[in-house]
Amino acid sequence: MHVGLEHFLTVSFLLFALGLLGVIIRRNLIVMYMSLELMLNAANLALVSFSRFNDKLDGQVLVFFIITVAAAEVAVGLALIVALYRKRQTAHVEDLNSMKL
Amino acid sequence: MKHELFPWLILFLPLLSATVIALFTLRSKTISSLISIGAVVAGFVLTVLFISANGFHVNAETSKNWLSIGAETSKNWSSTDGITGLQVDFGLKLDALSLMMLLIVTGVGGLIHIYSYAYMDEDDSKARFFAFLSLFTFSMLGIVLSNNFLQMFIFWELVGVSSYLLIGFWYGKPSAGDAAKKAFITNRLGDFGFLLGILTIWGVLGSLNFGELQSIFAAHSATLLSAGVITIAGLLIFCGAVGKSAQFPLHVWLADAMEGPTPVSALIHAATMVAAGVYMLCRVFFLLNADALHVIAYIGGFTALLAALIAVQQNDIKRIIAYSTLSQLGYMVMAVGLNGQTAAMFHLTTHAFFKALLFLAAGSVILGMHHEQDIWHMGNLRKKMPITFITFLIGALALSGIPPFSGFYSKDSIFAQCLEQKNYLLFGVAALVAGLTAFYTFRLFFVVFFGKEKSDHAKHAHESSLVITVPLVVLAVFAAIGGFIGVVNYYGSQFTPDHETLTFVQQLMEPLKTPVPMCIGIAVALIGIFLAFSIYKNADTDPLPAKLGVLSTAMKNRFYFDEIYEATFIRAHDTIAAICGAIDRFLLEGFIIGIIRGGTDLSGRGLRLLQTGNLQTYAFLFVLGVALVLYFVLGK
Repeated sequence: MHVGLEHFLTVSFLLFALGLLGVIIRRNLIVMYMSLELMLNAANLALVSFSRFNDKLDGQVLVFFIITVAAAEVAVGLALIVALYRKRQTAHVEDLNSMKL
Repeated sequence: MKHELFPWLILFLPLLSATVIALFTLRSKTISSLISIGAVVAGFVLTVLFISANGFHVNAETSKNWLSIGAETSKNWSSTDGITGLQVDFGLKLDALSLMMLLIVTGVGGLIHIYSYAYMDEDDSKARFFAFLSLFTFSMLGIVLSNNFLQMFIFWELVGVSSYLLIGFWYGKPSAGDAAKKAFITNRLGDFGFLLGILTIWGVLGSLNFGELQSIFAAHSATLLSAGVITIAGLLIFCGAVGKSAQFPLHVWLADAMEGPTPVSALIHAATMVAAGVYMLCRVFFLLNADALHVIAYIGGFTALLAALIAVQQNDIKRIIAYSTLSQLGYMVMAVGLNGQTAAMFHLTTHAFFKALLFLAAGSVILGMHHEQDIWHMGNLRKKMPITFITFLIGALALSGIPPFSGFYSKDSIFAQCLEQKNYLLFGVAALVAGLTAFYTFRLFFVVFFGKEKSDHAKHAHESSLVITVPLVVLAVFAAIGGFIGVVNYYGSQFTPDHETLTFVQQLMEPLKTPVPMCIGIAVALIGIFLAFSIYKNADTDPLPAKLGVLSTAMKNRFYFDEIYEATFIRAHDTIAAICGAIDRFLLEGFIIGIIRGGTDLSGRGLRLLQTGNLQTYAFLFVLGVALVLYFVLGK
């Protein structure tokens, strides 16, 4: 069976949908954060596939940027979650609703 | 012109005094009163120095440009370009008319200031009183010295404000507060007409300066004086005088203004405020045409008669004198209407002397009677208060027009003016009023100073202190001799260019030139005095109500003018106010504002439901939003 662009994109879409579902449904901040990473990587996969099938390197270059930024973002995000946990003794989103009127 | 600075000093010293008292010395009664007295006495001295250096006929103006809007005003009123701009100066007009008024305001006013020093001694707010008094003097001097309509109007309003403050000085008394409001609002009614008149004059002629207006009128007298718009403008300007000089139908405030302290009554009634209306009419006499003058003359005559009738049946010592002021003002306005500005200003001057004297003497009686004002509680005061008695007698004789007192000369010149204009109706009214004047003045005089003591206070009355009696004596001297010390010369030279200066003896004999009005005047005055003497010589109660019946009740109740105004104008005004209030409350606030406010509130409450505070809801909505955008961008 020939594996084409559409297959890669399907996998990428499924990964993205899984990540989105995780962000919306799961209550734990850490898990939500992991789901977010999953969505980023789904985008990465799509970019690499386009790059491969179009014989252009632009997509791969962009992926490197995304990985770098994601690493920095993870560092900041996890630090925020830890700080939040220390302050509120919880990592559950339902408990974090002090912005509500 | 020498001493150019003096008029400015005269004008602004009282303002300075009011400011200093209000800001710094309100705690010290003595310092405040001395500052205020000093300011007005200095004004008097400066006036005398200025006049002795320049004479009465300087005919000068000093002015600074104060306000200019638009281009240079087109001076040519008939030009087709119309009026392109407004130029107003802040200037002082110095001629015989304003200099004489300066002398009266600072001179008589100064005596009243000194008198107040003793009269208000027991009052805790004496310092405030003198601050108001200074402000009042400043405003009145401003009217006198103004060289244009706008400046005069500003000072005109300032007089209204300061009279409000002074009449309502004892604001703890509800009646004083009401009287102050009544005086102010009634004056505002007249001032509205005055302002419209000023606007009309500016709209037609493009200038507000008295000198410029006068030369415009001199150049185009034929066309201008027959124009209907000038009649209207003249009558509108007369409205201002109707308010300030308390002519019918706006006369109602003056008697109520008696609620103020007695020196205030003296100041308002003698030297200032009510004189302002007559003064203004004489100042702008050139723009009053025959039709306007007719109305002015008859309103003046009617006011004189009305007030004299009311005065006959009043029992409050100050109110009787107040109505006599009204009546004398009617004389002056009538004289203006009969082309007799000299007679009007002459009577204004002598009236300032004897009316200030009568009020201050009444104040002395009131002090001696421990603030009792009903004349039927007095009696037999002539032995206990001899100086007050004699000075009051001089004032009463002058007011009644008995020769050789000042009132005789000025009143006679008004009578002569009536006959010269061949207006026999108004002459009859004037003669009748003269008789009534003598009657009610001597009714007051006999009841207060003769007969039996009618209360305990009257038995224990005592003469007032020197600070009070000295101003009385000074005023009494002028009330006696004011008719032949040259007053008429200065006014005459102002109003009639070919006026010849009369010598002392000529002035003394002046009434003999017109024997008919002189004899009638003296005769009615003597009849009035004789009637008062025969009825009130030993009366304990007033016998007139029994004889006159309904008429007496009507006189006592001031011909029900207050009640009529209450039932018509004030009721109508209240109704309109209530309707406007209802519209505001229900339509504007309830309906229109209610819908806007309620709508905002409701949508706010609805939108608040979206703000759950849950991170995942936001994430879901965010995704939904992205999906929608994608659908619209790509899906079609």
